[in-house]
Amino acid sequence: MNPFRLWVYLQTAPLFWLTATLGAYLIADALARAVGRHPLANTVLISVALVAVLLKISATDYQTYFNGAQFVHFLLGPATVALAVPLYRNLALVRENLLPMAAALVVGALVAIVSAVVIAAALGAPRVVLISLAPKSVTAAVAMAVSERAGGLPSLTAALVILTGVLGAIVVTPMMNALGIRDYAARGFAAGLASHGIGTARAFTVDPLAGAFAGIAMGLNAVATPIMVPLILPWLIR
Amino acid sequence: MIRGFFLLLACQLVGEVLARGLGLPAPGPVIGLALLTLGLAAWTRRRPMSDDQIAASDVGRAATGLLGSLSLLFVPAGVGVVQYLGLLSEHWVALAASVVVSTVATLLATVGVFLLVKRRLAA
Repeated sequence: MNPFRLWVYLQTAPLFWLTATLGAYLIADALARAVGRHPLANTVLISVALVAVLLKISATDYQTYFNGAQFVHFLLGPATVALAVPLYRNLALVRENLLPMAAALVVGALVAIVSAVVIAAALGAPRVVLISLAPKSVTAAVAMAVSERAGGLPSLTAALVILTGVLGAIVVTPMMNALGIRDYAARGFAAGLASHGIGTARAFTVDPLAGAFAGIAMGLNAVATPIMVPLILPWLIR
Repeated sequence: MIRGFFLLLACQLVGEVLARGLGLPAPGPVIGLALLTLGLAAWTRRRPMSDDQIAASDVGRAATGLLGSLSLLFVPAGVGVVQYLGLLSEHWVALAASVVVSTVATLLATVGVFLLVKRRLAA
């Protein structure tokens, strides 16, 4: 077979991009492990960069890539359901912390929305960008729906959600260590609330209890933010 | 393993049906998370299980497998950001400042309130 035709076949086949996604992740994970899971060596960030370079070199569009990668993407749903297992295994601690969690949820979700919109507005971002920023701390599917309903750009929101997740996952560990906070329930809860699933993934690599609380915060914020955004936005954006 | 995975998918499916059917603000998988938590509570009430037994159960192993590689699952969506580099670079100063400051502020506010309320309750 002509090698060019073989490449054309591979480049458009789901198999190639699914394999490339897993390969990029394995390389990123090995790199992260080599540097002792340093927060800057974020596996999502490195994997995305590797795949993005590959797409650029091969001039492949995102849709073609996603045809293969969708099989991995699909697992986000059952993985979210699976957070019930660490939640249940830590149920005694969850019960003990119900009130701190409720208070932190309301304040944290409010700060996430208000600070994002106010800062971008002060720097002159247009209305549609401000709306797209508002739900940035919540898991992608929910954030996109909130953004669309409020008149934002769901695709811009999706990109901002991922950036917020990666950033939160990078800063959370050094920040909490610098503040001397050793309560892993509180640390995890903050990671999941501010930076959804990517923060939760980071929390699981630091401490299983932090992971469990991050998962709960992510789930709770997925309920709180869609309720808060339409109530708060009219006050922030005229 | 298959039984565990089936249970996760079934919870998501019921969650999806409830979320869409009743127009709930939470997405299907989050409702599924709540359903599986309630299911585990009901199941272990009937026949008590130790933490190790939960971890070694079908659903426990499926969950550990998926959550152990949670970062991988965000890669396809993450690669999507590359499509919007143009849109992001147009307002990059405002967006970068907003995302960085807001994420740090949210982490601080959340952890601060959590610990404050916890200490008040303990006092």
